[in-house]
Amino acid sequence: MHIVVCIKQVPDSAQIRVHPVTNTIMRQGVPAIINPFDLAAIEEALQLKDRYGARVTVLTMGPPQAEAALRKAIAYGADDVVLLTDRAFAGADTLATSFALAQAIRKLGEEEAVDLVMTGKQTIDGDTAQVGPGIAKRLDLQLLTYVSEITDLDLSAGKITVQRRSEGGVQVIKTRLPALITMLESSNTIRFASMPNMFRAERQVVPQWNRDRAGIEDASKIGLKGSPTVVSKIFTPRPSSQRAKMVGADLDATGVANAVLDVLSSDHPRFAREIGLVTP
Amino acid sequence: MTEKFDAIVVGAGPAGNAAAYTLASAGLDVLQLERGETPGTKNVQGAILYSDALERIIPDFRNDAPLERHVIEQRMWVLDEDSFIGTSYRSDAFNSESPNRYTILRAPFDKWFSEKVRAAGALVICETTVTELLQENGRVVGVRTDREDGDIYADVVILADGVNSLLAKKAGFHGELDPKNVALAVKEIHFLSEEIIQSRFNIKGNEGVVIEIAGAVTHGMVGTAFLYTNRESITLGIGCLLSDFKKSGVAPYTLLEELKNHPAIIPLIEGGEMKEYAAHLIPEGGYKAVPRLYGEGWMIAGDSAGLVNAVHREGSNLAMTSGRLAAETVISLKGKGLPCTQANLGIYKAALDGSFVMKDLKKYRQLPEILHGNPHFFSVYPQLLNRAAHTMLTVDGEDKHSKEKTVRNSFVEHRSLFGLVGDAFRMWRATR
Ligand SMILES: Cc1cc2nc3c(=O)[nH]c(=O)nc-3n(C[C@H](O)[C@H](O)[C@@H](O)COP(=O)(O)OP(=O)(O)OC[C@H]3O[C@@H](n4cnc5c(N)ncnc54)[C@H](O)[C@@H]3O)c2cc1C
Ligand SMILES: Cc1cc2nc3c(=O)[nH]c(=O)nc-3n(C[C@H](O)[C@H](O)[C@H](O)COP(=O)(O)OP(=O)(O)OC[C@H]3O[C@@H](n4cnc5c(N)ncnc54)[C@H](O)[C@@H]3O)c2cc1C
Repeated sequence: MHIVVCIKQVPDSAQIRVHPVTNTIMRQGVPAIINPFDLAAIEEALQLKDRYGARVTVLTMGPPQAEAALRKAIAYGADDVVLLTDRAFAGADTLATSFALAQAIRKLGEEEAVDLVMTGKQTIDGDTAQVGPGIAKRLDLQLLTYVSEITDLDLSAGKITVQRRSEGGVQVIKTRLPALITMLESSNTIRFASMPNMFRAERQVVPQWNRDRAGIEDASKIGLKGSPTVVSKIFTPRPSSQRAKMVGADLDATGVANAVLDVLSSDHPRFAREIGLVTP
Repeated sequence: MTEKFDAIVVGAGPAGNAAAYTLASAGLDVLQLERGETPGTKNVQGAILYSDALERIIPDFRNDAPLERHVIEQRMWVLDEDSFIGTSYRSDAFNSESPNRYTILRAPFDKWFSEKVRAAGALVICETTVTELLQENGRVVGVRTDREDGDIYADVVILADGVNSLLAKKAGFHGELDPKNVALAVKEIHFLSEEIIQSRFNIKGNEGVVIEIAGAVTHGMVGTAFLYTNRESITLGIGCLLSDFKKSGVAPYTLLEELKNHPAIIPLIEGGEMKEYAAHLIPEGGYKAVPRLYGEGWMIAGDSAGLVNAVHREGSNLAMTSGRLAAETVISLKGKGLPCTQANLGIYKAALDGSFVMKDLKKYRQLPEILHGNPHFFSVYPQLLNRAAHTMLTVDGEDKHSKEKTVRNSFVEHRSLFGLVGDAFRMWRATR
């Protein structure tokens, strides 16, 4: 079984400081860490490796310094790593990022077919949660987002069963491989690397793939050129001045539901009409 | 698969980095282990860097080391409650091509030094704590780490794990630190713009000022305070003997708060934003507290060996020098094909004895005891000096002769004539 885990190196947001004089965010000197959700993905992949035997390849797209994140991944127990790095990748939005990563995963699949791709749910700096689904779409993989646990994997039947957090509760989903899973952070904690793996992390060569090596011919799909997203403005959202309302604290379930509907139809008449609560 | 190295260095402070760099530069197979996330994350220093010790290891360090300011002026202040008396020495000669002292911030400095160690060819592994020394037949043969399959072997282990070396204690190389021989220091970094620092301290470019402070701020405890100018910040700290803290019950941060609110300090740090607070121990037992420095398959360097000259606030230079000398000992033995036995490692001690490290510690060997026995150095004298200055500088119609007499009397009143002469003699003997 071949598992590819995508990770991103992000600034440790807990340690970002505001410059006391200029009031700008000081990125300089802020340590870079592996996106916490991606650590959960690495750990889940390693547990699959422990349980079923697998080759775990960890992939990142980023500047040369991102090598440090890959060395950490080796220390945890990854077998191979690839650093996708090229000036041509700079300025990528989620569209261009998922395109480049998908290409690289395709390349990796040429060596050994990829059964499972894992990503974090989202990053703590970009926060979009789009890269995983973007890769799945491009590679035509079954997509399982917000996964908290992989409960079963049947390689011979090519099936995987996971628990997925949804608004209504926990869903148990079974699907076929190859699949892409985006992991929740809380699912598990990363293991403490063994001493032999610490040595391997220091000594293993980290292969750097440029655009050509990743088999990307169309330069208009990567980097700034391949990124239609424009961040036009960044601002701090104002907290809403509206107060929260408590209704029906002493009623039974039906009573509470009715009380909520009453408030909705009086405070938001248009919404109430749209959902058919009151006839126009 | 067992890993075996020519040498293992424990710790990536100045002592460990000096040792690992020197060993790796000579082509030896070196492993350096550091418990911090990266070198420097756990380390605390004022910090003044003394060029000479580093120059002997990395001669062109000025090219890329993260240095803050070179020191052109040193002030010595003795504080009373609301005044200070002091001296200062400032010289344009300190603006030479290769200045003698710099202020540094340890986090970036240690990181830089560690990169040099890696570039020299040592294997540096962080986030790994050495839990004990592996011994076979009374000989240190390697280390055990806190990781799975964590035993690693080497011909020699250099302990550079800092003050209160748990490893040396566990191995029985030295006992518990005596609270009388260790100071607890706290410090803060206050950010201020470069322009403000330059104007407040009357300096230009990267020139820097150091203020060493004694007196009322230590509540009579044996200790001193300091203020250093960095490029965009000011470091302010104070430290006293642990035994005195215990006795007085005064909390270290209380001293720092009082220091910050002293009328002599307020205008220097005003408007700054406090960014970092740190506390650390300093071994100050001096010559008499230095433990055994080597044995079968091991050597100890830097703070873990108690190599600090408290009188001159020098530590990192003794650490670097001892780390380098320990490494050179290994290199010389390896060159001759000799094993790192206790008998052969004796040249490390000899090299230290022949260097400024032991000579300076020996020079001040009586001082710790004298200071313990004479608390008035830190309480009565600062007050008397300040009052004397105040009396002499107040023009109020009283004639100078009478003023001198008042001053003289106040000294004799607080400290008998016999005591004064005794103190002078003891200090002369302890520092001669
Ligand atoms: C403050 C900020 C705001 C941004 N806003 C936008 C925006 O609004 N729209 C937009 O398109 N782009 C935006 N970007 C750029 C975006 O972060 C990057 O283009 C993209 O590399 C990753 O998107 P993400 O960080 O949101 O990842 P997500 O989609 O949140 O990441 C999900 C998972 O994908 C994987 N992954 C993500 N990036 C990589 C990578 N480089 N290498 C390997 N695996 C990876 C990880 O497993 C990660 O957990 C923003 C960046 C920043 C710093
Ligand atoms: C407030 C203050 C101000 C000072 N000012 C000055 C000054 O201005 N000038 C000066 O020269 N000196 C100064 N000193 C003294 C100076 O900081 C020390 O002498 C110097 O840091 C000693 O270096 P070292 O390498 O021996 O120890 P350290 O710098 O303490 O390094 C020891 C290293 O070992 C690591 N370590 C410890 N145990 C283990 C383990 N079991 N496994 C793995 N790693 C381990 C630690 O994480 C640390 O990185 C000051 C000290 C203090 C506290």
